[in-house]
Amino acid sequence: MKALRNYIDKIKPNFQKGAKFGMFHSTFDAFETFLFVPNKVTTKGSHIRDFVDMKRTMTVVITALIPTLLFGMWNVGYQHSLMIGENWTLWQNFWFGFLKVLPLLIVSYGVGLGIEFAFAQSRGHEVNEGFLVTGILIPLVLPVGVPLWMVAIATAFSVIIGKEVFGGTGMNVFNPALLARAFLFFAYPSHMSGDNVWVAGLAHGAKAVDGFSGATPLSNAASYHIDSIPSTYDMFMGYIPGSIGETSKLAILIGAAILLITGIGSWRIMLSVVIGGLSAGFLFNILSVNPYMDVPAWQHLIMGGFAFGAVFMATDPVTAAQTNKGKWIFGFLVGFMALLVRVLNPAYPEGMMLSILLMNAFAPLIDHYVVQANIKKRLKRAQKVAQ
Amino acid sequence: MPKVYKIRKGLNIPLKGEAEKVFTRTEQAEAYAIKPIDFPGITPKLSVREGDKVLTGSSLFYDKHHPEVLFTSPVSGTVELIRRGEQRRILEVVVTPDKNQEYIAFGAADPKTLTREQVIEKMLKSGVWPTIRQRPYGIVANIKDVPKAIHISAFDTAPLAPDMDFSVKDEVEAFQLGIDALSRLTHGVIHLNVNAEYLPNNVFSKAKGVQVNQFTGPHPAGNVGIQIHHIEPINKGDIVWTVNPLDVIIIGRLFKKGQYDATKVIALAGSEVLKPRYYIIKTGASIQNIVKGNLTQPAENLRFISGNVLTGKKINENGFFGFYDNMVTVIPEGNHYEFLGWVSPGFSKYSASRTFMSKLFPRKAYKLHTNLNGGERAYVMSGQYEKVLPMDIYPVHLIKAIITNDIDKMEQLGIYEVVEEDFALCEYVCTSKIEVQEILRKGIETVIKELG
Repeated sequence: MKALRNYIDKIKPNFQKGAKFGMFHSTFDAFETFLFVPNKVTTKGSHIRDFVDMKRTMTVVITALIPTLLFGMWNVGYQHSLMIGENWTLWQNFWFGFLKVLPLLIVSYGVGLGIEFAFAQSRGHEVNEGFLVTGILIPLVLPVGVPLWMVAIATAFSVIIGKEVFGGTGMNVFNPALLARAFLFFAYPSHMSGDNVWVAGLAHGAKAVDGFSGATPLSNAASYHIDSIPSTYDMFMGYIPGSIGETSKLAILIGAAILLITGIGSWRIMLSVVIGGLSAGFLFNILSVNPYMDVPAWQHLIMGGFAFGAVFMATDPVTAAQTNKGKWIFGFLVGFMALLVRVLNPAYPEGMMLSILLMNAFAPLIDHYVVQANIKKRLKRAQKVAQ
Repeated sequence: MPKVYKIRKGLNIPLKGEAEKVFTRTEQAEAYAIKPIDFPGITPKLSVREGDKVLTGSSLFYDKHHPEVLFTSPVSGTVELIRRGEQRRILEVVVTPDKNQEYIAFGAADPKTLTREQVIEKMLKSGVWPTIRQRPYGIVANIKDVPKAIHISAFDTAPLAPDMDFSVKDEVEAFQLGIDALSRLTHGVIHLNVNAEYLPNNVFSKAKGVQVNQFTGPHPAGNVGIQIHHIEPINKGDIVWTVNPLDVIIIGRLFKKGQYDATKVIALAGSEVLKPRYYIIKTGASIQNIVKGNLTQPAENLRFISGNVLTGKKINENGFFGFYDNMVTVIPEGNHYEFLGWVSPGFSKYSASRTFMSKLFPRKAYKLHTNLNGGERAYVMSGQYEKVLPMDIYPVHLIKAIITNDIDKMEQLGIYEVVEEDFALCEYVCTSKIEVQEILRKGIETVIKELG
């Protein structure tokens, strides 16, 4: 490591501002701080600082996403093997999926990080680690069949319009990964919905065996084919078609456990999303005017992207509400709205994405009222003393 | 029965190198200094020149805006040096002490028999007045104000902080005289806030004319600002004063002996001190005597802090005690690179977060260094500050109001109730490495300037 450090110290002057490669200052800094925690010491304020930093935090989130990613890869292969009616081994399934998902990851990271680096460079900032998580989230919320060029456009859209125009990571209003998905959903609906996009190869006319349907549980439910909804076990384990990362609730629960144990993900939001979803579900069960409303409330939690959204999307600290009280309200409404969109609006089978994006827009308002209540309390206290 | 306030939020950082409860006498320090930077908000005007002879209690400088507030020499001797920084700003007025200490006689008196004006005058002339600070803002108190109350925190919960009950031992009389003097300054109550977790020392338990409040909980439960917030939060227009217990004793001695006797018991602590112990020194003493030969490694690898690791000021190995400080901490500098440090399991890395293995295998105490442990970022995480700030305040919103210079918002969000030390833990835990304390002081300065 000493040799590497010496080498970096040797080439570092070339990347200082005004030097030969000064224009790559931020890029160099990003790689240097990736390899070595810098030797910068405190100069003001507290002399000691917590060891946690943005890199550590993002590393934890990525770790939490790995189970869903690995399972997603396997499931891509598994669904394909079901479609062609062959019995593949675990490794065949995984390898097939790996080859399908890897390009998506590469495109999403390549495009996103490229833009992040360019913006950091032009602003003279350090490169923020936020995209390391977004870059893995984007493929996970997409159907496997989506063309790579679309992923590239969607990523560029979400990073530039969704994040950088607001000032970069920490300043964005909408969850960047969901924004990418929403962009594709509205710009290229034929590649993002329907029964043919969720299984690799199905959209391209590959021959499916008789009786195979690529429909997701949500579209079964939306078309009132309640009988076709897969078994609870299959939906929990994730042996169903769907976006790459969303199918296995088991993998998502492992991720949730990692986020909660480390304290990086907000338990308030996760819990309140579930409560919100269940409340809406029970309400539908009581009203019960169509077959979809009869789907048990708890079953909604393991259908579609509800669980994935609750654990990984709604908890994004930047775009969620930031006050503790606000988090409860925010989460509850996310869960509630998600089911409203799902059940009451047949045009959009998946309500989680729209619900989270909508609440992202309202999160600052929720916080505003929470903070305003604190301000009022303080004013009241002052008046009481004055009397 | 005194009321018990239970503080639940906060954090005790388990640092290595707690001071052993042993008094160590040292020789007279080689030099003493009073530092204008210890008193935020003042504009120092010198009363002496280099080479002047001074007595204990002679004015070294005064505040331009409040010329009655004198900052006096803790010893008799010669003004050795007036150290200046950028734009000739005065950093330190250094006095070398004489062998025989001479004191200016301010006249002993029982404060109960004196009027408020007489008490104030004695305190101003002798230089003990600046020991009284006001909230809001955490600046030297203004003699024209009559505070709603005076708060004294009888314990310190900061990392490695000295045990106040040990430090004030045997000062029953001086402490009581100090309280008597303070009681002339307010029509309100003098709050003595003690730790409910143990029986307080005689000095505190026998104090008369005070209202005792009990607190329990992790740091910052010992911060007087937190205590005020729970007892009687500061509203716009309120003024309360705060004094450290060690300074109450110095005030008491003034009335007992008629002299400015700035002797106090302080702790020398930190992982890099060979024998962390308590020392008897005078305000402003050079730390050279007590750290020399008492360090684990050469001074250039060390950070010397007057005060605790969260709020103290950086000094060097010949530096001087700050006016309000009750300890010196020595920890290693962290000016080294760590290969892939952010991904290491971190068995020895103490963190308030739960992202390191040290949470699973906690140690009793950690050796922590001064590395920033990451780069500065925009706010990303939320809810971190709230966990360590036991106040009904939205810290991030307040900090953002200061960054955007929105004075109305700062006022509404409670800037009157806080000073830097209350937000120090927020700065410590911050994932984004935001300089919270500096931002807060800027906000306070803005409010003082705009609203007077």
